[in-house]
Order: sequence, then structure tokens, then C-alpha cells
Amino acid sequence: MPAKRTAKPRHELVVNQVGRRVPTVVNGAAQTSFLGVGGYRPRAAKHAPPVRSCRDYPRNGDKRVKNLETALKKCGLRDGMVISNHHHLRNGDRVALAGLEAAAGLGAKNLMWFPSASFPCQEPVIDLMKRRVVHHIEGSMNGPLGAYCSRGKMRGLGVLRSHGGRWQAIQDGEVHIDIAVIAAPSADAFGNADGSHGPSACGSLGFALADSIYADHVIVVTDNLVPFPCVPWQIQGNNVDYVVEVDSIGDPSKIVSGTTEITKSPDRQLIAEYVARFIRDAGIMRDGFSFQAGAGGIALAFVAHLRDMMREAGVKARFVRGGSTQYLVDMLNEGLTDYILDGQTFDLAGVRSIAENPRHMATTPFTSYSYHGKGNFASMVDAVVLGATEVDVRFNANVVTHSDGMLLHGIGGWQNCLDAGCTVLAVPAFRDRIPVIVDEVTTVCGPGDLIDVIVTERGIAINPRRKDLLRAVRGSSLPIRPIREIKAEVEAIVGGAPERSARGDEPVAVVKWVDGTVLDTVWRV
Amino acid sequence: MATPKTRKTRARRAAARPARRAVRRVAEAGRRGADVRSDLWVSVQTRAAGGVDVALDSKVAAFYGESIRRAATATLKDFGVRHARVRIEDAGALPFVVTARIEAALRRAGFERASRAPGGAAAARPTERDRLRRSRLYLPGNEPKFMVNAGVHRPDAVILDLEDSVHADEKDAARLLVKGALRAIDFMGVERMVRINQLPLGHEDIDAIVPECPDLILVPKAESAEQIREVDARIRRRQRGLRREHPVWLMPIVESALGVERAFEIARAADSVVALTIGLEDYTADLGVRKTAEGLESHFARARLVNAARAAGVQAIDSVFGDVGDLDGLLAWGRRSRAMGFEGMGCIHPRQIRVIHEAFAPSPEEIERALRIVAAFDEAKKKGLGVVSLGTRMIDPPVVLRAQRLVATARRAGLIEGS
Repeated sequence: MPAKRTAKPRHELVVNQVGRRVPTVVNGAAQTSFLGVGGYRPRAAKHAPPVRSCRDYPRNGDKRVKNLETALKKCGLRDGMVISNHHHLRNGDRVALAGLEAAAGLGAKNLMWFPSASFPCQEPVIDLMKRRVVHHIEGSMNGPLGAYCSRGKMRGLGVLRSHGGRWQAIQDGEVHIDIAVIAAPSADAFGNADGSHGPSACGSLGFALADSIYADHVIVVTDNLVPFPCVPWQIQGNNVDYVVEVDSIGDPSKIVSGTTEITKSPDRQLIAEYVARFIRDAGIMRDGFSFQAGAGGIALAFVAHLRDMMREAGVKARFVRGGSTQYLVDMLNEGLTDYILDGQTFDLAGVRSIAENPRHMATTPFTSYSYHGKGNFASMVDAVVLGATEVDVRFNANVVTHSDGMLLHGIGGWQNCLDAGCTVLAVPAFRDRIPVIVDEVTTVCGPGDLIDVIVTERGIAINPRRKDLLRAVRGSSLPIRPIREIKAEVEAIVGGAPERSARGDEPVAVVKWVDGTVLDTVWRV
Repeated sequence: MATPKTRKTRARRAAARPARRAVRRVAEAGRRGADVRSDLWVSVQTRAAGGVDVALDSKVAAFYGESIRRAATATLKDFGVRHARVRIEDAGALPFVVTARIEAALRRAGFERASRAPGGAAAARPTERDRLRRSRLYLPGNEPKFMVNAGVHRPDAVILDLEDSVHADEKDAARLLVKGALRAIDFMGVERMVRINQLPLGHEDIDAIVPECPDLILVPKAESAEQIREVDARIRRRQRGLRREHPVWLMPIVESALGVERAFEIARAADSVVALTIGLEDYTADLGVRKTAEGLESHFARARLVNAARAAGVQAIDSVFGDVGDLDGLLAWGRRSRAMGFEGMGCIHPRQIRVIHEAFAPSPEEIERALRIVAAFDEAKKKGLGVVSLGTRMIDPPVVLRAQRLVATARRAGLIEGS
């Protein structure tokens, strides 16, 4: 059970291995502060849900109940419980909010909401926090929710975890999920559920897997109930308590975009091209290699450039990690990669492909990212291309806050991906007037030890630690420059380094590292 | 008006008008709105007393709020304005943009600079008369967001445009912005061109721009040698008394049937003319024909232009290719253009730059052959032979000349290593 939540406590702070002040206690639980990359190895058994017996469930496999309220009541909803959701329906999701509102209708208070990510469509959760239904959120916060948290209005501390970190927290018992409410684009009455079919198809359901295995109670919510068996099943009905049928789990137009679009900005196009040339010239692009790139405009443009270079060189990848999009699907169909190992599906082409092509595999944060696995895919990827809001001269990077300290993005798989053979951050040198390369990032989300290359339109900076990469691109026509030189050039353009905004001393959220230790604090703005 | 003396007089006169300055005056400049980026909107309302009061709404206020306020106060002081309400809505404008917009508002309110403008353009070296001019990237003169990173795309030149891309009501503001850009932005060795307006408006452009040392001025709607000489004379007049000597080359743009007929005299009008180019939108409109991707309708004009330019010993530069999405079409156009004798063309989007450079690059075979011819020529000269031969073939002097020119171009384009 979560600790009793009362008035906002004063926070005792310690300085961790990256020099950041972090609280020793978060929402009543004692914390370990960041000890350096790979420095923390907890020793204990994994968390386990209560033992269940099949004789307590219907022999005919029909676990349907009439609505969410009934299901929540049957799950023993109480004040202070942890309710979880996945975010595969993205900004079209209707289930997370419906679950919390049903709980509110039943009079529940002080819930902790534990989504794998939140989206602007979940803005009404602010109202639930004001009504004291939801105590706080542990999960990504952006848009209005991010602003609410940043202004110190949330009662507890926000806890920001990576996708892998969320698995870690569930697996080692740092977070105990009382009730998981899983939106399912297809499901049968037994609770087998799948994401790649149905009117609200979203592709993979990987983010919900941990919840289905480790939560005390699991509710599957679907708008596409099929007769048993629902094939394929990504969520096993054997873990599911109740099934609820609703009219619609989400707005399909907002679940996946019809098309994902390459950036039109010439500057960002140039960055993408530099990244692709770097991967090629550094010798990373070779037969049987692997890479990962997201669905951002620069990442997509990078994929398009790399594809052309692979064609030209006659090189094939063994696997590509997604966020799948039309671009990766085209590469798969063209034979430029043997497999897509897909964590989440961004567009319709991706959804269709994952449903039809056996070489397009749905993966989970456990296979790809979890700290408590016996290895994971992230460290096996040769190169990954990511974004960032800020990078500092020691190559530490920020991905959650804007330079003014406001929460802006979740961590997603970003932290986990830093484990790749070569981590490239593709960022514009400045946004409007604000430089991206700074002396110290506002919030450390990734330690510089793991960040190898910063690519901007004004030059490419290689982490001096990576002598191998520096050697590999020696003599290439790429604009390789020291990071401080690029920084100085940008500051000359924008009129000096930014005046720092004075930040409060009051923590509003913490950023966890992939191992569960506290990497940095987000302060009240 | 260019001499220090008259400027001083003006400043003195401005200082002697306190009564007039006390009259409340209001003006605004710049742009605001959801889609505006890297720009700002400012309104200045002078008042009789109360000092300068700056109300700032900026997305970068936390980082550059003080810097923007300081820039506003300093600019007002330069214009002798001591009491005013200033409202600024900023969308991340760079410092040179901040100053240019505030200055535009002050000038619109009828103020003049009381102190001499801070001098000194970005330390750009003068460009060579026959430098490589394969690509020139158009930048709208009143749109700051494209300016700062134009150099990173490595065109041979940028054109800060004061003419067709700037609305008639914004010419004053664009002029100040272009001035500021020339002074503040490092275009990374790219040739810095400005397209001025047609005369007589172009005179004001010249007076504003020349002290910032542009490398080349494009003269639109060129129809006579007199026009070009007028521009040339105006530039020279404005250059008098400037601390730095910086040649300003001219590239007349022929855009009418009459201009085409007079292309040769236009190209020869002044020593500073280094290239002749053509504007096909206006030219085809003048002819009353449709502009096509194949360009048959302008074939004569373009051929005539090339011939006139060569006859006058200047470069012939082609128009722009308007369809930014059609890179294959652009490549085909560029290749035909090179085959006709053009040495470059304009571009309206950075993605066109590389395609144009590819289109205007001599092929490896061409370079290889030219190098052999040049080597044979050098060898013959060393031996004192009057006849150049390659293998069993005799090489005529014009072939040698063409080879030498091709080698020089290829070298400037970095297609030949070493000297």
C-alpha cells in the first residue's frame, strides 16, 4: 500500500553522482540517488502479484461485467490505490480518463495515476487532482499536466521514468499497481487482447504487458469484442480479472497519424543528412547492422537519407528498432532490413504491417529496455538517433524540461536507448533565440557518459571519450567541431548565453534513471 | 546626405527640436501572431514625460528579457527619444532583428538617428569578380527566420531581397532588417548579394545598404545602360567617405523583351558589372506566353543573354526554377542551362542548392580531358612550340581556352584537388 499521503512534506536533499540535488524521500518512499551508469544493482526477489486460483474465475471464460464501475468495485477499489494505463492510444485515448472518472464516481480519493505516458487529451485529470480524486501522477507529464505539475500544484511529487524504468519499477516493487485498466483494440471475453486489429487499432500493446502481469487486478476494456479466441493475443487473458465492453476506446484519427511527415525545415533536413552521413562515414552502416530512430521530423528524414545510402552501398540491416512508421515499413518491404522490432506504432502503415508481416515484431519494454532483464535489446543496437531539449558541454542532455524549467516531454524510451553502441542526438543549434548547447542542462535526463555525438546544422560534436568515433571520421568531409566551439558560435548569434531564470527550491518532480535511482529534480517554476 | 558633415548637421538639427519631440507620436513595426517566428512586433508611443517604459511579452523573456529591454532603451536613446511607452511582442527575434524593428518603428514615427549609427559590417572580405556563382539563394528581405542559417546550406551566394518578396508598405522595415543582417550574420564565406528595388526607390536601398558592404547588388528590370550607370554612380557616391573599401559588383536582371534586345549594352554599362541574369516570370509575362518547365518560350532570350554576357566578358546566370518539389526537373533544367553557356542559376529553397551544383559541375570525363589539354598546352609552351597536340591530334587555341576555363571552374568548385 502506498504511504499515507498528507500535507506536502519539506524535502531533504542530497547531491548525487552527476552533481544534482535530489530528494531522499519521494512520495513517502526512501530513494537511492544516482550512483553512476551501472552503479546500482539491487538484490532482492522480483515483485509478485497475489496468488490466484482458476476456480475463482468463470469456467466458461466469460469475464465480462457490465461497466467500468462494476469492474472497479469488484477489484476492491479503495482510497490511495495505484491505477495504471498504457498510452498506445496516444492522444485519442478515452479509457484512462473513463477509468479515473468511474473511480471518482465511486467516491475514491487520493489515487496515484500511473500511466505509461500521458497526452493532452487527458487534461481533465487536472480537475480530478483538484477534486482530490487523483493525488499525483507518476508518468510523463506535458502540456497542461506538465504546467500544472511545474507550478507546484500537484500534491505529491511527479515521478518521471523511462519506458524501461517503468518496467524496472514494477518488477522490483518500487511501484505496486493495484488496478490496471487496459484499453484493448480487440479482446475476447476471457481477456486475451490484441492491439493490431479493430476500429481503434494501435499496433503493439507492449506498454501494458507489465501491468497485466504484475498488477493485483487487471481490467481489459475493449470496443471490439471478438468470440474466444482473440488471435493473436498480446495480453494473456489468464492475467485478466474482468472484461468491459464500451462503445469506443479511442478516436482512431488521433491514435495513429495517417501519415508521419518528414521535416520540411531545410535546417533540420541538413541535420538529418549529417546524421546519416556520420553513421555511414563512421563505419556503423555495414551489412547486418542495426539502428533505431523515432518518429520525429528529423529522425524520419534521417531514415530517408540512410535508406538512400544503404541502397547505394548495397548494405542491409539485420533489424531496425521502431517506433515504426511508413519509412521503416518501406525498408522492410524493400529488403533493406530483415526485421522491425517495434515498440510502438506511429502510423497506419505501421499498424497494417505489424498485423500482416511476421518480420514486423511487436516488442515490449521488457525485451527492449528493462534494467531487470538478463540483458535487453537496447544495448545491442548499433546506433540510435534521438532528440533533446538541451545538451551541455559535458554531453549531459535534457529531454523533459524546457530551458525555462517547465515540464515539456516525457522520457519515453529515450534514456533506455542511450545504451546503444553509438548514441546520436540530432538537435538544432538553437530554437528561436534559445541555444540548445548550454553550460549545464536544466534537468539531467541522460548522463554524458552515454551520449556520443551531437549533430547540429552548424557542426557535429563528438564526445572526447569516444576516441574510436573521432578516429573513424577523421578525414571525412563532415563538419566535426568541438562542442564548445559550436556553443560559442551560437551564443555570438543569439546575443550571449541565456540569463538563467531563477528557479525555486521546491521539487515538483524527480527524474529516475533506468535503474530506479534518482537522477535529477524538476523544480517548481 | 552621405557625408559625415551633413549627418552631423542633421543630428544637431534633431537635437534642436525638443518641442517637436514632446508631441506624442505613435508607430509600430514588425509582425506578431501565432505563425510568426524569430521576429517581433513593436509599438512606440512617445510622451512628454515619464521616461521609457517597456512592456515586453516574449517567449524567451526568461533568457533574453533584459537583453531585449536594453536594446529597446538603447535604440530609443540613439534616436533621442527619452519618454515613451514601448510595447513589444517577441517570438524569439535575434538581436539584429530586435534593433531593426525598433528602429523601423521610430523612423515611422518620424524620428531620425541622433547619433551616428554604429559602423562596421561583419568583416567580410571582398569577393572576386569571376568567382563561382552557380547558386544564389533568395531570402525575402523582411523575413528574418531564414537569414541566420542560410550560410550553412552552402550556396555560392545569398540574395537578401528588397524587391518582389517585400510588400510595398514594408520596404523601409526590410531595408533596416537587411542592413542589420549584413552587419550581424556570418554567412560563412557565401557571397552577400542584395536585390534592390527599381529606381528611383532603389536609390534609397543603395544609400542604406552600401555602408554594410554587400558584395553584389542585383538591379531588377534592367532595360538600359543608363539605368546601370545610374546605379553604379549612386553606389560610388555613397561609398565616398566610408572607412572601408569594398567593391560592390553589379548583376543586372533582364526581365523584358526590350532588356533582352539591349542585353549587350547593359552588360557593358559599367566595369562593376560581373554577371548578367534573366528573370523569366516577368519576361514571359512581357511576351504574353506561359512559362514552362522546358523553357522553349524563353530559349531565344536566354541564348541572347548568354551571348551578350560572353561578348561583354561577364558571367551569364540563369533564372530560378520555380517548382521546389521537382528536383529532377531542376536537374534537367540546370544541365540544359549549363549546355547553353550559363554558369549558374537562382534558387528559392536550400534543397535546390546541391542539385544546381550537380547540374553545373563538369563531368569527371570533361575534367580529365580538359586537364590533359591544359597539360599539353603547358608542355608545348615550355618547349616553345606553336602547335599543341594531344596524341596524334592537333588542339586548336579555342579548345585550349575552353579547357583552361573548365579547369578553373572545376578547381573553384573543389572538383580538382591540389593546385
